[in-house]
Amino acid sequence: MPRPATFEEYLASLVPPSVRGLDRRTLLTGGVALSALTLAGCGGSDSTTTSGSTGTASGSGGSTAAATGEVTLGSNQSDAVPKAAIQGVMDAFQKANSGLTVKVNTVDHNTFQENINNYLQGSPDDVFMWFAGYRMRFFASQGLAGDISDVWTGMQGLNDALKKSSTGDDGKQCFMPSTYYPWALFYRKSLWQEKGYEIPKTLDDLKTLGAKMKADGLAPIAFGDKDGWPAMGTFDAINMRVNGYDFHVNLMAGKEDWAGDKVKKTFDTWKGLLELHQPDSLGRTWQEAAQSLQQKKSGMYLLGMFVTQQFEKGAEQDDLDFFTFPEIDSAIGADAIEAPIDGYMMSASPKNDAGAKALLKYVGGAEAQGLAVKSDPSVIATNSGVDTSGYTALQKKAVEFVASAKSIAQFMDRDTRPDFASTVMIPAIQDFIKNPNDIDGLTKNIQAQKVSIFGS
Amino acid sequence: MARYKGINQLSGLDRIIVALMIIIPTILVVWLVWLPAIGSVLLSFTNWNGIGPIGDAKWMGMKNYHDVVTIYPPFWPAVRHNLIWLAVTFLLATPFGMFLAVLLDKEMRGSRVYQTAFYLPVVLSLALVGFIWQLIYSRDQGLINGLTGSTIDWYGDPKYNLWSALIAACWRHTGYIMLLYLAGLKGVDVSLREAARVDGASEKQTFFKIVFPVLAPINIIVLVVSVIESLRAFDLVWVINKGRNGLELIATLVTQNIVGEASRIGFGSALATFMLLISSVFIVIYLRIVMKEQR
Repeated sequence: MPRPATFEEYLASLVPPSVRGLDRRTLLTGGVALSALTLAGCGGSDSTTTSGSTGTASGSGGSTAAATGEVTLGSNQSDAVPKAAIQGVMDAFQKANSGLTVKVNTVDHNTFQENINNYLQGSPDDVFMWFAGYRMRFFASQGLAGDISDVWTGMQGLNDALKKSSTGDDGKQCFMPSTYYPWALFYRKSLWQEKGYEIPKTLDDLKTLGAKMKADGLAPIAFGDKDGWPAMGTFDAINMRVNGYDFHVNLMAGKEDWAGDKVKKTFDTWKGLLELHQPDSLGRTWQEAAQSLQQKKSGMYLLGMFVTQQFEKGAEQDDLDFFTFPEIDSAIGADAIEAPIDGYMMSASPKNDAGAKALLKYVGGAEAQGLAVKSDPSVIATNSGVDTSGYTALQKKAVEFVASAKSIAQFMDRDTRPDFASTVMIPAIQDFIKNPNDIDGLTKNIQAQKVSIFGS
Repeated sequence: MARYKGINQLSGLDRIIVALMIIIPTILVVWLVWLPAIGSVLLSFTNWNGIGPIGDAKWMGMKNYHDVVTIYPPFWPAVRHNLIWLAVTFLLATPFGMFLAVLLDKEMRGSRVYQTAFYLPVVLSLALVGFIWQLIYSRDQGLINGLTGSTIDWYGDPKYNLWSALIAACWRHTGYIMLLYLAGLKGVDVSLREAARVDGASEKQTFFKIVFPVLAPINIIVLVVSVIESLRAFDLVWVINKGRNGLELIATLVTQNIVGEASRIGFGSALATFMLLISSVFIVIYLRIVMKEQR
């Protein structure tokens, strides 16, 4: 290497040739080429907006008799057992309708719910799973769900109460029910027999029983409200017993005053029962509370029938039994229950309209529902034509329980506006559990927020 | 090689390339950062609920802000928690990280091992950190309660859970600061320290009077990183319990309102604008320090 003649040349010689070789220009051209390649690669695949829905149904769109083509289904049954159950139902559907195929797009349960707004406004599947109640009516009134009244004409086995729950604000049906499950106080028969407990029929009975359980070293009522929504079940149950079903429904619809005496009475009654509930509930998930029931550390648990999922199949699940929340006001009785309904809806403009309706008709029918509940003993079918001989004892009791109920509520977060339920009620109920002494302040605040959200 | 005299010296092609190199990132920043931010602020004056065209949303003036400040119970606790988070990160975690860096700079035996050990939490995502500490903090099945026999619900009791979360966050943040500072320390000219030693300065004097002022650029970076990380604190708290019951932070409130079915876009945007305003205070302070230096 020749001796550097100027200072610049000396500095240049300090840089090794391997580095010097890659000057700015070659780096730039390389970068442009690389980005061109990646963009070309990305452009090929069709990018979709929503979580999981890759649906492009090639449906023939024929609105006449024989529907053919592909129908897409958006499913939120992401756990292994329900997922397999749904696949079984779809396989049977395809066998019964040779021209149709079903493409199931499964999304994680919570993610599906959280993204529902974007999903429905993007390119949703032809048919999607959803829940009855205000949430369903909300989407129908926003024009995000299709009218399936023609599918309902001639449906066998779905009673009037179910039809009413599936009807939107405009009087047209927009929901096809599939399964549901009741909320009740669950307990272990073996534990109660051993300690000699009896099923309480009134609030006073419940308090006496609770005191007895406490003396025996148990937590009378298991309670876990870390996720925020389980405690809504307790509010609903007490409110329906204290103020009646009609008041409860109107309250959920935003037509009643949260700061009025009736709601204060509900919270007061709950305050009286709080000492019977498991302490430190805000750090406990419902699964952990259910496990305390399973471990015989608590006496009973107010939850949906899905509590059985925390118990082992066989003897343990058979040991479970339930009873309805005891009556508080003898004039009102105890005939109102909560039984959230899960089902299917059709999107507003499905690519395969006829196929979607055929699928909806099928899943509302006895055969499909029978297949769905066979694999999941924590729910029961809505269609009365389903063969219940294969049901577990608990399922059979649940069928009777729901059939004999005079009024069925859907659960707070399905009966009222979702933004009210999640941003107002969850923190409010958690505040109540932490500090049950300021009911006036609490209800006043809930009412102010309710006015802000509902508009009146 | 002639001296560079400015852009007029570049050929046509060079000029186009330079222009593109400036325009494309600017477009991306404006499109992905500025427009959404301005959009959020504008949306905070409406009651849009995420469904239907934005044009349908009603203009509500300051109602959302009024609601947030007066009738939304989680808001003021969230502001308090954010400020506590900022204070603890800035006054405890960051100085501790700097202290560790100074110690490790001494290159004692095993300093590589310590370095790796302190830095390891940094490569974990905050969500994973939350989960790891859940195993330690769990009321019935956790390590702390198992060893001491107490029944304190570290994550569930609103008296304790913010501090539990802060310990978990600082565990990670300290390692991060330590590494930044260590890199800076390694760049300090050795001759400065030698001169100080010759002059008879003690360790403490050497650090505070000589090394620390020299590290002014690193100090600013560390400061900014600490403030940003604490104002952005979200992942850890969300993983613990979705930001409720004593762990409210403004970021979690924004997410609860906007993401998911709740879809209170207008209201959530008002909360987000509050977060923007609080961050702006610190950004202005930072910019003033930096601008002052450059003069």
